[in-house]
Amino acid sequence: MDLAEEKLGEHHLDEKEVVDVVVRFAGDSGDGMQLTGSNFTEATALYGNDLSTFPDFPAEIRAPIGATFGVSAFQIYFGAEDVTTAGDELDVLVAMNPAALVTNIANLVEGGLIIIDSGAFTAKNLLKAKYENNPLEDGSLDGYRVLDIDISKQVLAAVEEFNLGHKAALRCKNMWTLGLVMWLFDRNRQSTVDRLQAKFASKPEIAGANIAALNAGHAYGETAELPSGIHVYKVPKAKVQPGTYRNVTGTTALALGLIAGSELADIDLLFASYPITPASSLLHELASRNEFKVSTFQAEDEIAAVCAAIGASFAGTLGITSSAGPGIALKGEGIALAAATELPLVVVNTQRGGPSTGLPTKTEQSDLMMSMYGRHGDTPMPVISTSSPTDCFEVAIEAVRIATKYMTPVMLLSDGYLANAAEPWKIPDVSKLTPFPVKHHEQAEGFKPSLRDDDTLARVWAKPGTPGLEHRIGGIERSFETGDISYDPENHQKMTDLRKAKIDGIAKDIPEQQVCLGNDSGKLAVVGWGSTFGAIHQAVKRARLEGLDVSHIQVRYISPLPPNLEELLKNFDAVLIPEMNTGQFVKVIRSEFLIDADGVNKVAGQPFKIGEILAAIHKKYKELGAQS
Amino acid sequence: MNEAVTKLTLKDFASDQEVRWCPGCGDYAILKTIQKLMPELDSPKENQVFVSGIGCSSRFPYYMNTYGFHTIHGRAPAVATGVKLANPELDVWIITGDGDGFSIGGNHMVHALRRNVNLQILLFNNEIYGLTKGQYSPTSQRGTKTPSSPQGSIDAPLSPCDVALGAGATFIARTIDTEAKHLSAVTRRAYDHDGASFVEILQNCPIYNDGIFDSVKDKKISADFKLLLEHGQPCVFGKESEKGIHLNRETLSLEVVAVDDAEKPLLVHDENNKIQAQMLASMCNPDFPMAVGVIYREEKASFIEDSRQALSTARLKKASLQGLLQSGHTWEVSAK
Repeated sequence: MDLAEEKLGEHHLDEKEVVDVVVRFAGDSGDGMQLTGSNFTEATALYGNDLSTFPDFPAEIRAPIGATFGVSAFQIYFGAEDVTTAGDELDVLVAMNPAALVTNIANLVEGGLIIIDSGAFTAKNLLKAKYENNPLEDGSLDGYRVLDIDISKQVLAAVEEFNLGHKAALRCKNMWTLGLVMWLFDRNRQSTVDRLQAKFASKPEIAGANIAALNAGHAYGETAELPSGIHVYKVPKAKVQPGTYRNVTGTTALALGLIAGSELADIDLLFASYPITPASSLLHELASRNEFKVSTFQAEDEIAAVCAAIGASFAGTLGITSSAGPGIALKGEGIALAAATELPLVVVNTQRGGPSTGLPTKTEQSDLMMSMYGRHGDTPMPVISTSSPTDCFEVAIEAVRIATKYMTPVMLLSDGYLANAAEPWKIPDVSKLTPFPVKHHEQAEGFKPSLRDDDTLARVWAKPGTPGLEHRIGGIERSFETGDISYDPENHQKMTDLRKAKIDGIAKDIPEQQVCLGNDSGKLAVVGWGSTFGAIHQAVKRARLEGLDVSHIQVRYISPLPPNLEELLKNFDAVLIPEMNTGQFVKVIRSEFLIDADGVNKVAGQPFKIGEILAAIHKKYKELGAQS
Repeated sequence: MNEAVTKLTLKDFASDQEVRWCPGCGDYAILKTIQKLMPELDSPKENQVFVSGIGCSSRFPYYMNTYGFHTIHGRAPAVATGVKLANPELDVWIITGDGDGFSIGGNHMVHALRRNVNLQILLFNNEIYGLTKGQYSPTSQRGTKTPSSPQGSIDAPLSPCDVALGAGATFIARTIDTEAKHLSAVTRRAYDHDGASFVEILQNCPIYNDGIFDSVKDKKISADFKLLLEHGQPCVFGKESEKGIHLNRETLSLEVVAVDDAEKPLLVHDENNKIQAQMLASMCNPDFPMAVGVIYREEKASFIEDSRQALSTARLKKASLQGLLQSGHTWEVSAK
């Protein structure tokens, strides 16, 4: 199905009290927009709104100043109701220079608010953004509410007493702007003040200047005469379940989930990885968690990383490796070794735009087929996916559980959006999580490396160092009976069947597929997997408010699929599958169930917009009406 | 080890698998020597782990009645590093060949050596790909005629010991497959070394590269082509021990001299001298004798020891999962 987009037409800033708002901070990659965004996020979470964030930064670490390809942005959607995406259209755009304006203006809702640093709209910067005329003067912004302030000048005055020098003083521009936006939405600045003081503890003059800038920006909002229609907006607190909350990115939640998994399995983890965007941050998170049963190893390459993880698993520790698409491709031979030797292994794939280097900092879901089939030989392995930043915690625990219980490599699919996006997380009570302790084999009598559990078909885990269990394993086909090398034709058939049966059998050990919004039968099921969750959820919610018979099903277990999924999908007249690829899961559903599912596909390096999925629902619904 | 434990013998280290190398392969001799050495190590059998890649030599673990892992082509150093990181108590051996260790797996070899991971790396160098039926390898001499180089190979070979030195290896030795005593003694020293130990074993492939090391193996001529290194001893060789190695300090090069040449004193082998080790490792027949024995050795912090220390320090901290989940900025939402 062709991708179309409907404007949701939700004008959020028309009243003094608004249900939800989308703000995007955009500037040069050196302007500190990510820091601005994360501070605003924290203040918003503390205020009590539900929220979702999306950092959108370029691959270049420090692009030339003023270049359009160097624009770094941070988007936050916050409100009083459930928020599951970072928002389609912007209500507020903060543009620190012409490049930030030109690259983001198209997403600003009609009548939306633009906050501009007019000091950065110099002839040189306008030229770099390819503006022929200054948009502040040529009337092209007439359809918006514009707040143009010479922020540079304001900041220099605000931090004068700290004698920082011109360049260092201008670095406080982002905090001044943050102060202004905090005033706009009535946020408390204390959490930012605390952070600045902690961050610059050894440089009190820098901390002081940044705090002064933050306060000056806030004071500007309070005292300056602003154009009409620009005032403090109240966003009511969200109704959320009682509990203790924190903000987490998908990466943090995934790291915490792996650590929790090791505690629940009562087993050490070796996390072996090689730096690659956007997966490296998981290595960083775990590298400082050695007080738990976690150690990390930065290998010399992707292959060494997966092999070291497999070596650790052979030695009785759980090996985990992590990468993005190109690195996962390199790990393929190693993953198959883990499958052949039946050793546990968790492979985290933070998917990014491909093929090849593709779009390293942008998101995509195009490694599904590789995860399922991208190995030599008949090499099945479980594939599970995570659908939101907070969901990463539970999915990581599941990956550890399945890998250790079934002695198999497990592919965990995340993506660049989930890795960096953040949302509030109700912190779980650890005592309520179900332990699944690992037992290494110790009984020497009757031991052979081919022993397996009758129920799970998992091979025995016998670790070196255990007296009497000396044995050899390897990539050559092994005898079903003894575990020794075997080239016997019948044995190879039997072992191939066994490997498939073992993975298929996991279907009995996963939850039944639920419908996350709507009924379990009806006209249209919108089926997603991975990070499309938020946009599908919002689109289905809006469609249902219109009275359409649409349900949302989000699949976590990609392989094997939940055993009731086929029956569930066959209860619907039609199935629509939005994916950030050219149609991979839709092929799985069609081939597994002979269901005539339709795809909605987007590969732009950006997550789906709600309006894009809503448009697809409307179109499909119309077709269904015409048929009946 | 407990004295009450019966002393193990070679037989205890032989697995029940039929050995499947070609008749006359140098690997048989190496296997016997290693099996015989095993009971002499002060370490229980269950702590011995042999990890290999792919190739003729990489079948070795199947024939050892210890823990063994026959992995994938070239990756044994990476797998072995994982094993050792997971359990530093284990004695981890890598069995590899010239193709496995220096062609497809050259990268991992270099990094295991520079990290100084506490492993024993036994490189069976026969200067040929055997299991794939005789193509030239990265150690084959120029001009080697093989199915993939019918006119003679035009690749320049690398010297494994030179590469190991360049990678920062802390123990480098060279020995010969059929010289059981020397092989055993050198391997024992490799085992005792704390860090990555690299042992190049000159190994004959009777099928695809027969006799390639005859000059150092044939008893009739080997005395003239082989220099047996002994730490602290002058470098002497020849049937009558009549020749020696002299360091020309002006040209910074080695020379073969007569032992009684008073103007050219003999070089005294110093295992800890890296520059000298490089010159000795590079000596090739026929102009020079080939050096065998421990070429270089250095005491240096081992990667595994450092990593273990870092972990044990970190684990002194009290780790609470609930505490970790609740770290950072949190906020309470109360029931209304």
